[in-house]
Amino acid sequence: MAEKIKSIVIKFAGDSGDGMQLTGTNFTTNAALFGNDIATFPDFPAEIRAPQGTLPGVSGFQLHFGSVEVDSPGDNCDVLVAMNAAALKTNLKQLKKGGLIIVDTAGFESKNLKLAGYAPDQNPIENDTLSKYQLQKIDVTKLTKETLVDSGLDGKSVSRCKNMFVLGYVYWIFGRSLQSTIDEITRAFTKKPELRDANIQVLKAGFNFGETVETVAHKVEVAPAKRESGTYRNIIGNHATALGLIAASVKSKLSLFYGTYPITPASEILHELAKHKNFGVVTFQAEDEIAAVAATIGASFGGSLGVTGTSGPGLALKGESISLAVSLELPLVVIDVQRAGPSTGMPTKTEQADLLFAMYGRHGEAPLPIIAAKSPADCFEASFEACKIALQHTTPVILLTDGYVANSSEPWKFPTEKELQEIKVEYVTELNDETFLPYKRDEKLARNIALPGTKGLEHRIGGLEKEDLTGNISYDPQNHETMVRNRAKKVKMIANYIPELEVELGNKKGKVLVLGWGGTYGSIRAAVKQAISEGKDVSHAHIRYLNPFPKNTLELLNSFEHVLVAEINTGQLAHLLKAEFLLHVNSFTKVQGQPFAKHEVYEAISKFF
Amino acid sequence: MNNAVNFEPYSAKELETDQEIRWCPGCGDFAILKQVQITIPKLNIPRENIVFISGIGCSSRFPYYMNTYGMHSIHGRATAIATGLKVARPDLSVWVITGDGDSLSIGGNHLIHILRRNVDVNILLFNNQIYGLTKGQYSPTSELNKITKSSPVGTLDNPFNPLALALGSGATFVARSIDKEARHLQKMIERTHLHKGASLLEIYQNCNIFNDNAFEVFGNKTSQKTNAIFLEHAAPLIFGDKEDALGIVLDAYKPRVVKMADGYSENDLWIHDEQDIFKAQILARFFDTEDFPRPFGVIYAREQISFEKAVQNQLEQEKVQKSNIDLSVLLAGNQTWTVN
Ligand code: SF4
Repeated sequence: MAEKIKSIVIKFAGDSGDGMQLTGTNFTTNAALFGNDIATFPDFPAEIRAPQGTLPGVSGFQLHFGSVEVDSPGDNCDVLVAMNAAALKTNLKQLKKGGLIIVDTAGFESKNLKLAGYAPDQNPIENDTLSKYQLQKIDVTKLTKETLVDSGLDGKSVSRCKNMFVLGYVYWIFGRSLQSTIDEITRAFTKKPELRDANIQVLKAGFNFGETVETVAHKVEVAPAKRESGTYRNIIGNHATALGLIAASVKSKLSLFYGTYPITPASEILHELAKHKNFGVVTFQAEDEIAAVAATIGASFGGSLGVTGTSGPGLALKGESISLAVSLELPLVVIDVQRAGPSTGMPTKTEQADLLFAMYGRHGEAPLPIIAAKSPADCFEASFEACKIALQHTTPVILLTDGYVANSSEPWKFPTEKELQEIKVEYVTELNDETFLPYKRDEKLARNIALPGTKGLEHRIGGLEKEDLTGNISYDPQNHETMVRNRAKKVKMIANYIPELEVELGNKKGKVLVLGWGGTYGSIRAAVKQAISEGKDVSHAHIRYLNPFPKNTLELLNSFEHVLVAEINTGQLAHLLKAEFLLHVNSFTKVQGQPFAKHEVYEAISKFF
Repeated sequence: MNNAVNFEPYSAKELETDQEIRWCPGCGDFAILKQVQITIPKLNIPRENIVFISGIGCSSRFPYYMNTYGMHSIHGRATAIATGLKVARPDLSVWVITGDGDSLSIGGNHLIHILRRNVDVNILLFNNQIYGLTKGQYSPTSELNKITKSSPVGTLDNPFNPLALALGSGATFVARSIDKEARHLQKMIERTHLHKGASLLEIYQNCNIFNDNAFEVFGNKTSQKTNAIFLEHAAPLIFGDKEDALGIVLDAYKPRVVKMADGYSENDLWIHDEQDIFKAQILARFFDTEDFPRPFGVIYAREQISFEKAVQNQLEQEKVQKSNIDLSVLLAGNQTWTVN
């Protein structure tokens, strides 16, 4: 009989060459297809192949799956798969007492121990270091070799199949079907049948190993989660962002131009878009970050939906060009997948530290709207929305996501083409005034745009200050003031076109409001849920529109005795709120390159009670 | 958007705008503007399909004086902006107006990459070997030891050889002209347009305020004879006075100036071949020493598929290959499950 458990946190950890990300992704798809709710957290080293067997070389993939709503990847693990000593060492402190550890004994030889900093006579899987846990020792390396003894594959290829053995074994523990992974392997190795067969064979061997060998592990059942009816898929944030852009392109009937330069953790948006050229998507891998945004501005001037994607260092380089787009008042979407900084910082680690930079990081008075995605699937809506605002309000928009949201995945009840609203874009096509007035505005203060190629509307625009209406160069003092204020007002007025801020969880007024933005959504939600279940008067609101703030923001914040702003930086949203509303807010922050753990937010909430 | 059918001819005058021209009186930019305005109406491009994009610098005000579409952008980035525009809108005739500081200093990276990619954009590089707009600092094409406001005791950095740089970047069209030679300039502007791919036309432009007469030896009708050579495809490299004609012969890969009077016939001379990259490389080097005349004209021109065309071809191919994938199919991905 299998034990029934509501939710499980499992972490696959190994050398960066051990295929742990692939293993984790496969298990995630499997759990998602099975109907579990899921939240994932891939955590990779900065180097592609850090020295083998070392602590910095450990790559991990954490998955939280359950029959209940799962909001965050989980603070502590129930199951830890450690392919070597370094993987065990880095992740052990996260394992719950009594948790299950599955180790590949071949990864605990004296060389591995030394690299991980264990004394040669202190092999943790041989002494009583792990006595508080259930330890499952498997010589995965040897069993994989034996499985493939007749395959004719070379040693390296055989060794690459190890992760499938572990995955097969874990599938056995949770009573899962191997089908989703067999499908995945088949897709991945269409051109290499020998590798396809080997991987599938090892996957099955791992599963059968569980079946035939008496192990300390027993079968665990995590039933499907109850959720809204509909058709779902699993998606990571960067892919959802890419799909949001394509959807906006289809719905606005504009070709998508994505100008970018490879940068972690944003490159996956480029990789995904490059696969979908059949939608008329142009992906332009520029010579540098500046060319990426500049070319995008050129495309936007020509009537494309212009999007450029990057991370913090790239946003810094793009600053001058974004100011140009502010001045030209051309639609442009700038995606910043935030990572931990300053400078190169920790490129593979997450942070929300670019908010103030997005807000103020341009010369002159150059305000622009900022929106943030709160979860992997939400990246779709956020990027769709960013495009809509850019196009309809003739302005550059910054979309903030972060390394955590970008790489994590969750189930997504995806829309069909029909369910998505049209994005109406109006260009001027004929002369309505005596001459064409490119800086004449509509009720949103969006300006007249006429595309090159339109007869009779030939005109010039540029980065020099423009005369109101005509767009001609003007150094007139009063005109400059008018233009600066018009551009600012246009951005402010976007508040009239966006939804109000809502309390997502808890009472609409009361004692404590936890206010978050961006990728902290899941952890905050989980923590607030726990506090509410204990009878605490706590609520959760999450701001998507960071500039301008939704119209009711102050009113909503004033409905609570205390506002706790939780963010992965040193208090940037708190700073903006104070500056905008002269309001006292409490700040809960963390800057470790890691997302919030649920208990951290929970403890911050508890201080009010 | 093929407007060629209802193309309405227009005059040079109609290409002028109502904007007051802000260049210093006597600036070489006036002459170049004029030759562009004279040449473009002859090229049969509908006026609304023409876009001038510039960066920052004296010359970069140019788009404001052309009654076409235009963008006066930021320093050094015109080539990058033009790349995006041309890729998004291959139907447009895209021109870049840039200077030596704009395209060879701050925008150097974008220049070499637009040439390497071969985007069908016409780049007019106004080279005056000085920073004019910021009032007289040396530029990346200023000669060594030059005294300027920012180098009161002489510059220490070697100048760029723009055409050699362009060839090194893989440019498919490289030419040189000068503000004073109206006819030649017109012809070069036309050739620049006709070339399907990135075209770089370097134009020697006099800045009479901060670097007057920098190109006088090439512009002055007398000194020009021995200091400049005007290239013609398939014609021998001959220059100098009629009576005292000089020619260039090529000994293996080594060029040599010879006196025609010493018994040389035109058949002995180097015959210009625009499509020969090796010869073009040597011609571009008629720059480093004073032993050779400075070449003007088309140094190199070779047709090769343009970047935007290749991009369009790939999009078309993918549309055919994946014609069954609409947005709904894309959003659903490979693996879905249904909750009832
Ligand atoms: S400073 Fe020189 S280049 Fe600039 S406008 Fe005056 S003369 Fe022309």
